[in-house]
Amino acid sequence: MSKLRVLAAIAFVVVIAAAIAAFAIAWRPVIAAIEPPAPQSFDRALVKRGRDLAAIGNCNDCHTAPGGKAFAGGLPVPTPFGTVYSSNITPDPDSGIGRWSEAAFRRAMRFGVDRAGHHLYPTFPYDHFTNVTDEDDRALYAFLMTRPAVRATDHPNELSFPFNQRFIIAGWKLLFLKGGTYKVDRSQSAEWNRGAYLVDGLAHCGACHTPRNGLGAEEANASFSGANVENWHAYAINAQSHAPVPWTQDALFHYLRDGWDADHGTARGPMAEVTANLSSVPESDVRAIALYMASVFGPPPQGRDGPAKGNGAQAAAADQPGAAIYQAACATCHESDRPLPYSGIDLRLSTALSAPDPRNAANVILSGIRPVSGERSPIMPGFANSMTDDQLVALLQYLRSRFSTRPPWSGVDQAVRNARQTETVALKTSRGSDSAPGGLKQRDKP
Amino acid sequence: MMTLKINGHDHEIDADPDTPLLYVLRDDLKLNAAKFGCGLGQCGACTVIVDGRAVLSCVTPLVLLKDKEVTTLEGLGTVDKPAPIQRAFMEEQAAQCGYCIAGMMMRAQALLQRNPKPTDAQIREELQTNLCRCGTHMRILRAVHRAAHLMDTAELTNEKGSPR
Amino acid sequence: MNGPIHPDRRQVLASGGALIVSFALPGAFAQEQGASAAPKPPGSLAKSPYLDAWIRIDASGITAFTGKVELGQGFKTAFQQIAAEELDVPFEAVKVVTADTSRTSNEGYTAGSHSMQDSGTAILNAAAQVRALLIAEAARRFDVPAENLRTESGAVIAPDGRRLSYGDLVAGDMLHVEAQVKSNLKNPASYKVMGHPVPRVDIPAKVTGGAAYVQDMRLPGMLHARLVRPPSYGAQLTECDAASVEKLPGVVKVVRSGNFLAVVAQKEFQAIKAMRALSAAAKWKETAQLPNQHDLPHVVTSLPSRDSVIFEVGDPAETGKKTLEASYTRPYQSHGSIGPSCAVAQLSGGVMTVWTHTQGVYPDRAGIAEMLRVPPANVHLIHVEGSGCYGHNGADDAAADAALIARELPGKPVRVQWMREQEHGWEPYGPAMVTRLKASLDDSGAIASWNFEVWSNTHSMRPGGGGCMLAAQLMADPLAVPPAKPLPLPEGGGDRNAIPIYKFPNAHIVHHFIPSMPVRISAMRGLGAYHNVFSIESFMNELAELAGADPVEFRLKHLDDPRAREVVEKAAKEFGWQKGQKAPEGRGYGFAFARYKNLAAYCAIASEVEVDRETGRPRLVRAVAAVDSGQVVNPDGLANQVEGAIVQSTSWTLYEAVTFDQTRITSIDWQTYPILRFDAVPDKIDVHIINRPGLPFLGSGETGQGPAAASVANAIADATGKRLRDLPLTRKRIKDAIDA
Repeated sequence: MSKLRVLAAIAFVVVIAAAIAAFAIAWRPVIAAIEPPAPQSFDRALVKRGRDLAAIGNCNDCHTAPGGKAFAGGLPVPTPFGTVYSSNITPDPDSGIGRWSEAAFRRAMRFGVDRAGHHLYPTFPYDHFTNVTDEDDRALYAFLMTRPAVRATDHPNELSFPFNQRFIIAGWKLLFLKGGTYKVDRSQSAEWNRGAYLVDGLAHCGACHTPRNGLGAEEANASFSGANVENWHAYAINAQSHAPVPWTQDALFHYLRDGWDADHGTARGPMAEVTANLSSVPESDVRAIALYMASVFGPPPQGRDGPAKGNGAQAAAADQPGAAIYQAACATCHESDRPLPYSGIDLRLSTALSAPDPRNAANVILSGIRPVSGERSPIMPGFANSMTDDQLVALLQYLRSRFSTRPPWSGVDQAVRNARQTETVALKTSRGSDSAPGGLKQRDKP
Repeated sequence: MMTLKINGHDHEIDADPDTPLLYVLRDDLKLNAAKFGCGLGQCGACTVIVDGRAVLSCVTPLVLLKDKEVTTLEGLGTVDKPAPIQRAFMEEQAAQCGYCIAGMMMRAQALLQRNPKPTDAQIREELQTNLCRCGTHMRILRAVHRAAHLMDTAELTNEKGSPR
Repeated sequence: MNGPIHPDRRQVLASGGALIVSFALPGAFAQEQGASAAPKPPGSLAKSPYLDAWIRIDASGITAFTGKVELGQGFKTAFQQIAAEELDVPFEAVKVVTADTSRTSNEGYTAGSHSMQDSGTAILNAAAQVRALLIAEAARRFDVPAENLRTESGAVIAPDGRRLSYGDLVAGDMLHVEAQVKSNLKNPASYKVMGHPVPRVDIPAKVTGGAAYVQDMRLPGMLHARLVRPPSYGAQLTECDAASVEKLPGVVKVVRSGNFLAVVAQKEFQAIKAMRALSAAAKWKETAQLPNQHDLPHVVTSLPSRDSVIFEVGDPAETGKKTLEASYTRPYQSHGSIGPSCAVAQLSGGVMTVWTHTQGVYPDRAGIAEMLRVPPANVHLIHVEGSGCYGHNGADDAAADAALIARELPGKPVRVQWMREQEHGWEPYGPAMVTRLKASLDDSGAIASWNFEVWSNTHSMRPGGGGCMLAAQLMADPLAVPPAKPLPLPEGGGDRNAIPIYKFPNAHIVHHFIPSMPVRISAMRGLGAYHNVFSIESFMNELAELAGADPVEFRLKHLDDPRAREVVEKAAKEFGWQKGQKAPEGRGYGFAFARYKNLAAYCAIASEVEVDRETGRPRLVRAVAAVDSGQVVNPDGLANQVEGAIVQSTSWTLYEAVTFDQTRITSIDWQTYPILRFDAVPDKIDVHIINRPGLPFLGSGETGQGPAAASVANAIADATGKRLRDLPLTRKRIKDAIDA
């Protein structure tokens, strides 16, 4: 018993010491509230720059709830630790950031601390935003402070203990937040550096495309290797890419700018929002992102010439049960002679069918691609109501064997069941993007 | 040859498995309600109900319909004995040319079967798939609300508000 | 002269064995006539004067005939109401037969909001005159003065209770008499059927899966055809291996004539599969001949034009204190019927019968006869409803397609339906237009001078001429497209509603008529009025702003016509319009008014639009309309039309433009030609009808298109502080304007 007591005492001391240390690490001062600045007090050019930066940062995506006012927050973001709700970043004095000084805003961007000194959950990707320059933070601040103020009180997060204790975020930051702004790589061009600055900073591409460790931090040695985000797989966007046709700088630019590319199809799922935002920013920034990302992808590995040249798709057995479904339900659009993005992609080019698991393909088949209201945009009917799980499994297995050079998927049944479950949720929460694919260049499919 | 249950009756269908349900309904079974609008799943004029869910019959091949039950507008009621949704559309005069209306009604019917008291926003969200060109939307919305009310009333009087 | 009618003022005189009806009500319902010397009976009676062309009573009951067609506007019901009312029979006692070249009068096209004015007026007067004839006949048989007789439920009743049903009274050719100029019409105060919201007769079939459309026709032994259209205007078919396609299951025949290509099969889906195979087998030589879509206003104003001053008052060079100039543009826009065009044709006994949803069976017959090179008598056209057309869509073309195909398969009924991309890619669009306006204000803030110029193609390339139809253009030995002609004023085409209804001391209006048509065009709901009213009513708001005046007050200041003023005032009042009132944050109020063609229905629309400043996305939140269409026949039908006009025009105005590259039309479906969906539907639309008992019917099917467009545009300007002048007012354009 006494031995136990000693251990307990030691543990108590350790806990107290840790708590004191934690407090020292975790404590952040309040930054004084300001009178909300008048929108007219901001330079118009600065606001405009801020608007483009906010679009690159995809801020509206997380900070706008389905059917809600822009930037008023309230979007539930599921994490392995519970649900975090995005906050109101309109300049409403009480429920938004109207009383935040620029310094408070910059501290949030760089260190993940709100004006009152609370640590912010890293669902707000300050591990990337820490890279953003003072100048760009100033522009973003000017942009946000000139938005219409919306009164919308932040929704409390739904996190389990101990993750609902904000001080533990301080520990997380000790481990994973590397402060400091972007370091220029002198060996690369200015455009490359611009791209890297945006990709690793404001655009926070890794937030989705880099896998996370058990504590929810991006794995430093696996940048852009692909990750599961909600019910989607954000593809590997480095040398491990599964895209049947290797990505090039041109293809990246076209895809990011217009939301589709002839060799890779149409952006959908969470990526549709990103490309919609990138359609309105300065073209040079999208070109820089494309240049940098092309270097991340690197040159195409040997033997990955793509089906357009290699005709690599396998000869699949036509008597597979999925073959008849494909022929009847899919081929009309996916084998039409229409140009993308208003036809189905030639499935030999589909990254979804060459991906490590079938979830994206299952998602798209179930929910389709919904039109952007009032704008030219691709439409694919969803098959959730007309296909049983068994039919979808058969179809996916057939598509994989016919259109991908990779081995059959395992666990297709489970993937389909999961997709079916999340499909209902996705339809409820999908806000739909605000702009349609652009760049209506008539490019025929290979 | 396959057996397909449509509006409560089994039918022997002599058509290729890749034939979209729409043509089976119109051409083989001489049913009028489901309409050809685009054949691409973009407009909803061909909407019917399969196992309780709204389905675009123009992109639903026979091969997917094994052991499933199809309901078309004809299966809901008749001019003399209209189903609640049909009565509602008549009472609201919710048609101009009416070409889209059968599809609208079937999608609304499927919604009401799983959610008997939808909000206006839910009805709009559900009908977002279906296009109307005459601009009858206001009346369609009113008719769906009315149908919900009629079905509610029908249930109270122990009549069936769902397809027979 | 439009006072109430009293039955005791009616007189029916018999003279010389023929019945002559005299009338005590000059003026009422008499439609505006030319100043010709010999007065003619009103409406379409002027052209088809025999009463039995409109009303027949026989063993099968009472039938009213109209040369007009039901397009979903509810005319069939309205005509039935009119006939029942003036015949004094229950609504259900009348059957209406619509356009059929073997049965009904030639009323040209069902277009231009003319149906009530032409056919409605004819049926109204014919019915009244038929009733008078029946009363006269009963008077003779009862030997009672006509003025002592009354009619009720299809019978003439004597004071002593004796009654003779209409069926008993009608004999021989009694109704085969020419109509009189004036009719003895019922007192509107006594209407039992007209003026009431009678449920539409076509709706029960439409909501229960009844056969309601030409698409639903299934004749015994009917075959299904599908077309393979060229990929672009002017493309030439260079190669086509039809033999392999003819071997496909169910295929009966491949029909090829020049660049016209079609396949006929037993079953519909077999025809579609064969069409795909045939399409893959066909090779075409294309020519890049389309204009630059991104420079359309310049293209339109640079094409050779025939210019005419269509209106001038005062000294147009006169200018006031402040001047304003602006130019407004409209792209090509699509009718976008939900149901692709369809027709059934059968060559039998030397007669080609075509069931079609054309708007004009007679002119379409002439076109098809010319194409088939047979006399018109050998072609029989029967109207069957189709999907809503909103003008000249693919209906006539599909009729010609069916006829050309059916000619190759004598005896067999052939049904052809277009595919979605054929409807979108080949229909004749609403023409692109440009307007330029310049006006000045005097010291009092009134408009001192007004200059308006409009550039436009014609707005009708409807058949009549066989060369108007695609099949005739594509076939071997084709017919030439007839030269375009401007539609004459006062109705006009590109210049429809170009002359403002407002009173200006100095005004100058020029119509630049452009004969050449780089993109296939024809009539679309409202014709030029849509863009001209959009331009004028947007500009009126811009001028009101310049004058520092309220937009409603500013309009009233320039408006004399008391009916116009009442409509404007009614819409403003019902909307809750208040001078100087600001809309809530992020929203704007708009107002617009027009009298369609300056001679049909009056319509004013106030609207509230919400604009999301971040995305630029606009949404019409609510609209309040006031309409004066003269005597109302079916108030619910009228409201339905105006509600529809507001929603449809909002879709045109916010979203719609036909797109093309140098060679091909690229807006070929609902992905590439988006229209309004339910998320953009307003919360509320109120239509307030100002009924004018006893006054002539004023066409109202198109009256909402222009005012709705301008009202929405004015509300967007109010919400954003930015004026957009190029249609469509897309989210992107609004966002760019906000961000500029």
